[in-house]
Amino acid sequence: MRVLVLVGGVSAIVFVIAIFVFVASQGLGFALGELSWVEFFTSIAWRPTSDSPTYGSLALIAGTVSVTGLAMLLSVPFSLGAAIYIAEFATGRVREGLKILVELLAAIPSVVWGFIGLSIMNPFIIETFNVPVGLNVLNAGIILALMAAPIMTTIAEDALKAVPDGYREAAEAMGATRWQVVWRVVLPSAKHGLVAAILLGVGRGFGETMAVLMASGHSVNLPTSPFDSVRALTATIAAELGETANGSDHYKALFTLGILLFTVTFVINLIADVVVRRGEKD
Amino acid sequence: MFGPIAKDFKNQRIELGFKVLFGAMTCLLIVPVIIVLAMLIDRGGPALSWEFFTASPTNGMTAGGIFPALIGTLWLVLVALIASVPLGVAAAIYLSEYAPDNLLTRLINLAIINLAGVPSIVHALFGLGAFVLFFEFGTSILAASLTLAVMTLPVVIVSTRESLQAVPHSFREACWNMGATRWQTIRRVVLPNSISGILTGVILEVSRTVGETAPIMFTGAAFFLPFLPESVYDQTMAMSLHLFVVSTQVPNVPEHLPYGVALSLILMVLVLNSVSIALRTYLRGRKKW
Repeated sequence: MRVLVLVGGVSAIVFVIAIFVFVASQGLGFALGELSWVEFFTSIAWRPTSDSPTYGSLALIAGTVSVTGLAMLLSVPFSLGAAIYIAEFATGRVREGLKILVELLAAIPSVVWGFIGLSIMNPFIIETFNVPVGLNVLNAGIILALMAAPIMTTIAEDALKAVPDGYREAAEAMGATRWQVVWRVVLPSAKHGLVAAILLGVGRGFGETMAVLMASGHSVNLPTSPFDSVRALTATIAAELGETANGSDHYKALFTLGILLFTVTFVINLIADVVVRRGEKD
Repeated sequence: MFGPIAKDFKNQRIELGFKVLFGAMTCLLIVPVIIVLAMLIDRGGPALSWEFFTASPTNGMTAGGIFPALIGTLWLVLVALIASVPLGVAAAIYLSEYAPDNLLTRLINLAIINLAGVPSIVHALFGLGAFVLFFEFGTSILAASLTLAVMTLPVVIVSTRESLQAVPHSFREACWNMGATRWQTIRRVVLPNSISGILTGVILEVSRTVGETAPIMFTGAAFFLPFLPESVYDQTMAMSLHLFVVSTQVPNVPEHLPYGVALSLILMVLVLNSVSIALRTYLRGRKKW
């Protein structure tokens, strides 16, 4: 039986390797061969279907980074604030209620968020800011912020709860107020867990597909303002994969984007893991 | 002499200030979402009817119901569960009951985190490369469900491991002292005491599976099919993809239709999660240890 359940455990490793192998096997040959790396990282011309196709993904990277960046700018302070409120200030039923609410918010599927961006945020942005198009960095950023916030709040709250109560009691016995306890004792002790929460939020934003596809406007563009439409790496794969022939350069180029996405999220998760481990050692 | 001094009043004000500030931040995260949900209910509610759930889309998907998408989602969820629950529970049993603190265990844990962190569209690429093309399942329920199973495996593993670890260690020790083997202990003591916890995890997985769109787009879900799937080798419609299609790909859709689909999808997910939370709360209250 031991071997049988070990197989289950090892399957997780096998799947992660398999994901890399299968994505790389379709894309790596192209990425190391035909693809010009200089063009890939510095050109904004993503024209895979033109007569002389170019595969510049700078604009797609900029799209992903701008949307994720705005989302984090909005959601990190609020998530941490909410986590502090739930873990340190709220009590009894209010705390339980808020935790359940946050958990439910985290369950809303990304395609529903995309639909909300499309049908509710879009007209709202057009009216409020008097701009011609409401599907842009701002829209996708807000949607992504609302999506990532419950997850970051939950993880950050866990990190705060992991700080032993003895620390709080010791500080309170010295006459510290609640806020002083939080600021001087709880936050410094939980900082590794909080950083991990933020990193996982970034990873989530970076890899989000349907919501960004539907809310960002999907035009290849280097954004100069939050009201510009952009296109994300993930959204490009989702929108174009269905229309490419298996084995064509375009198809392989999309898998190359997949390699890039896999690598970046892998590194983010790895850093988060290292940060948490370092916190455990302290 | 020990009465409050001016500094205490100042501290109290600061204290209250922070409490209000963080409380307001919490509200700002939650209230907009509740307003948006209210708008979904307001605009999608009128679309919901018995017929909406039992009829096929008609008129180029601009009218009719969502029946084939509902059935398709049911297929996808069932096949994904059959694949992922045994594997996930086995992995959780290993991690909770057997795993020594070594490099392999650390790698497994890292792999679980990564499996959960890999973007859904990369899972789609994997599903296409592995299940559709390499194993030659074609674009089918089988390929889509296996992709979903790999993607949601961490949900099962993490929640199962948690409920296994919630069984007190003394239960196991008592059992070992009776001469039971490790496996007998797991089979007769640990699993029966955590089965409902595992169930809440499975419900959460169902909820995740219902909502996922990107992983099934290229592996087995179709925009529109005039018939219902008959085996796992058929393609199928699905609720999540159907929402994407009617809100972005089909021209001249009456406004209430995509709202109706979005509302049905969100209701399914919220009901599943509420059941899972309620079950968890109930079990926690009933626990004997």
